[in-house]
Amino acid sequence: MCLGIPGEVIEVLTDRPDLARVDVSGVKRAINIGLLSEEAVGPGDWVLIHVGFALSKIDEGEAKAAMEFLEGIGKAYEDEIAALRDSEIL
Amino acid sequence: MSAPPSEREQQVLDRIERARKRRAKVREERITLSHGAGGKATQTLVEAVFLDAFRNPLLAPLEDAAAFTVDGARLALTTDSFVVSPLFFPGGNIGDLAVNGTVNDLAVSGARPLHLSTGFILEEGFPVADLIRVVDSMRAAADAAGVAIVTGDTKVVQRGKADGCYVNTAGVGVREHPGELGAATVRPGDAVLVSGPIGEHGVTVMLARGELDIEADLVSDTAPLHGLVAGLLAAAPGVRAMRDATRGGVATILNEVARAADVAVVVDEEAVPVAAEVRGASELLGIDPLYVACEGRLVAFVDGAHADAALAAMRAHPLGRQAAVIGRVRPDPPGLVLLNTTFGGTRICDLLVGDPLPRIC
Amino acid sequence: MRFVDEFRDADKARALSAKITSLCEPGREYKFMEVCGGHTHTIYKHGLEDYLPENITLVHGPGCPVCVIPMGRIDDSIHIARRPGVLMTSFGDMMRVPGSGGNFFDSNAEGTNIRMVYSPLDSLKVARQNPDMHVVFMAIGFETTAPSTAMTLLRAEREGIENFSVFCNHITIIPAIKAILDSPDLRLDGFIGPGHVSTVIGCRPYEFIARDYGKPIVVSGFEPLDILQSIYLLMLQLREGRAEVENQYSRVVPWDGNRTALRVIAETMELRPYFEWRGLGFISHSALRIRGKYARFDAELKFEVPGVRVADPKACQCGEVLKGVLKPWECKVFGTACTPETPIGTCMVSPEGACAAYYNFGRFTRTRVREASLS
Repeated sequence: MCLGIPGEVIEVLTDRPDLARVDVSGVKRAINIGLLSEEAVGPGDWVLIHVGFALSKIDEGEAKAAMEFLEGIGKAYEDEIAALRDSEIL
Repeated sequence: MSAPPSEREQQVLDRIERARKRRAKVREERITLSHGAGGKATQTLVEAVFLDAFRNPLLAPLEDAAAFTVDGARLALTTDSFVVSPLFFPGGNIGDLAVNGTVNDLAVSGARPLHLSTGFILEEGFPVADLIRVVDSMRAAADAAGVAIVTGDTKVVQRGKADGCYVNTAGVGVREHPGELGAATVRPGDAVLVSGPIGEHGVTVMLARGELDIEADLVSDTAPLHGLVAGLLAAAPGVRAMRDATRGGVATILNEVARAADVAVVVDEEAVPVAAEVRGASELLGIDPLYVACEGRLVAFVDGAHADAALAAMRAHPLGRQAAVIGRVRPDPPGLVLLNTTFGGTRICDLLVGDPLPRIC
Repeated sequence: MRFVDEFRDADKARALSAKITSLCEPGREYKFMEVCGGHTHTIYKHGLEDYLPENITLVHGPGCPVCVIPMGRIDDSIHIARRPGVLMTSFGDMMRVPGSGGNFFDSNAEGTNIRMVYSPLDSLKVARQNPDMHVVFMAIGFETTAPSTAMTLLRAEREGIENFSVFCNHITIIPAIKAILDSPDLRLDGFIGPGHVSTVIGCRPYEFIARDYGKPIVVSGFEPLDILQSIYLLMLQLREGRAEVENQYSRVVPWDGNRTALRVIAETMELRPYFEWRGLGFISHSALRIRGKYARFDAELKFEVPGVRVADPKACQCGEVLKGVLKPWECKVFGTACTPETPIGTCMVSPEGACAAYYNFGRFTRTRVREASLS
């Protein structure tokens, strides 16, 4: 029920501007973007889809920051493991 | 690493295992859709009602076909009914399923399919042109599988019943493979293979119902597997068991075999081939491709030492190009299927009770 | 899949796991509640507990809108579905929730027409396609889903659809969290905050948790790395003596929520004075009903539901599981009388219920499973 899936907007329907066709891993569906009326939504944008509605536009900047944090943690971890390995007394 | 189960928790887990081994009993007074899903409810119904009433040694193994010998001839007999909705979908129709489904049940039992029977239950008002389309598909599928439909029956019921058309097929074949195949022969160390990407039929049919407004470039995977099986059996010794992955999907087969052989089946999620669109549609619908029906895929349990030969044999066949080794059989914990997730954790992959996708086959 | 696969990377998980462990004070136990059923599901589905040190326990909360529907409301739904000419539509998760006389599948076996839909808009489509039937949408969900129901009501009104109504069972998350915080049975160190509810209500409504109860809360995404990162952020807060609201799911959750969504909810719905939650009892101002202006779309008014309060079966301990007081396997009937096949309570029926998640995924997760998978 919490089910929310990211999908990429392919087109906003010209005759029905509250509808957009989105692509989820090659599968396409028309969803209602009426809840995002305060933002501009266009092809290439990513949205969070829940029961046929877009609830939120995915902020690519924030996503990138999240990944960078995770990569940083990963790198720090690798460095530590390497340091640990290198510091072994032979 | 999280804490090992406390003594109290282990007691509960043991109690659960004992409860699961108890004799099946149908508690409902009426049949519900869950009973047709291929999962736990179906299993309970089969064991508590059908097996209980018909009990005999040929039925008991509950494999895809019954195996027996008559005057030295080693035969296999199987039957399947088809109630798919809609009748026509990308990649085929109910006719293709009806022939291929029975051919495949014979093939995975190590039998060369010989003859099919078919029974039709038609709804008053069903267009004859559609019936002809179905029947033409059946003939084409039968030709492709090298079988003949040698006997049949037709009934008509009033408008409102049979949803257009229901089809049953039964098939007989000759078991030319010398060894005994069956889930009971599966043992620790065996490799688990699948012949191709999973879930394509189920998702295709679901989308073809047009209720979900989802478009995808997917077609049903319905196909006759007798050629693939023949190649596999010829090239790889040590094939223990094969199963046709239909409703309930690959996960259901793994659970059935784990239970029948009292072993654990450990699957690597990353190794399971899934088309991107099946994944996308499954995520959208909140379902797991492991439980989604196929109609042209088999799961094979092979002696671990011959896994590579088996894989090569499958990949040599057009229907097995994307075959993969997806897991191994372990002794413990018996009767369970475990999944090593892409994330690196491990979890149980149990039988579902019902099915989120009804009337897929 | 973009925005999904990157957050399922095992190497990064190990790194986060090490960081979390390094923040643990020796000898101290940590208890975090994940409120959302979707989080419970992810935790079990991906075997996340394998990545946490022994002294961190995750407690499963009541954020599963299927799990908290009392049996009486299921009976009410079936009562509506039994009216002649009614076609009921429902999300798939609700189909097997037991009422006092069976679930929706059982009811269909007795002759009702209750159909699964993926979206409330699908119900409207069914109404248009079946003008001779009255289509009722059984609406459930937190503030995540309420806007979709609201939009559907607005669309129905705009198009003048006469044969459609909604049986509204939407609930709100904050009163449930408050009930947990006020519960004497529970000592929690922090919360893994609801993800998708927050896209609608934003992060501000959680401020009282930090301010009045001194507990940290991190609004979390649903991928395994999201949850691990959220636990890391909680541990950091505890280590640094902070109690704040943080937004780990910032790629999706706007701090101020979705104004349009909140507006359409307010336009079409209002808070009920009280509502019964399975396991938590009656909570005031915790659920939504349809506003007078849209009364003609209110199934509760159209069909005069019995509204009988049905007590949970004696053996059922869903309430304590929902509050996080009991782990699923600590419930007396878990796995024996109450299984996914024969569920007594909703925690076992819903795919996000703690009991279903544990039974279907987490059973044996620890020693035996690990040993088997590594051998």
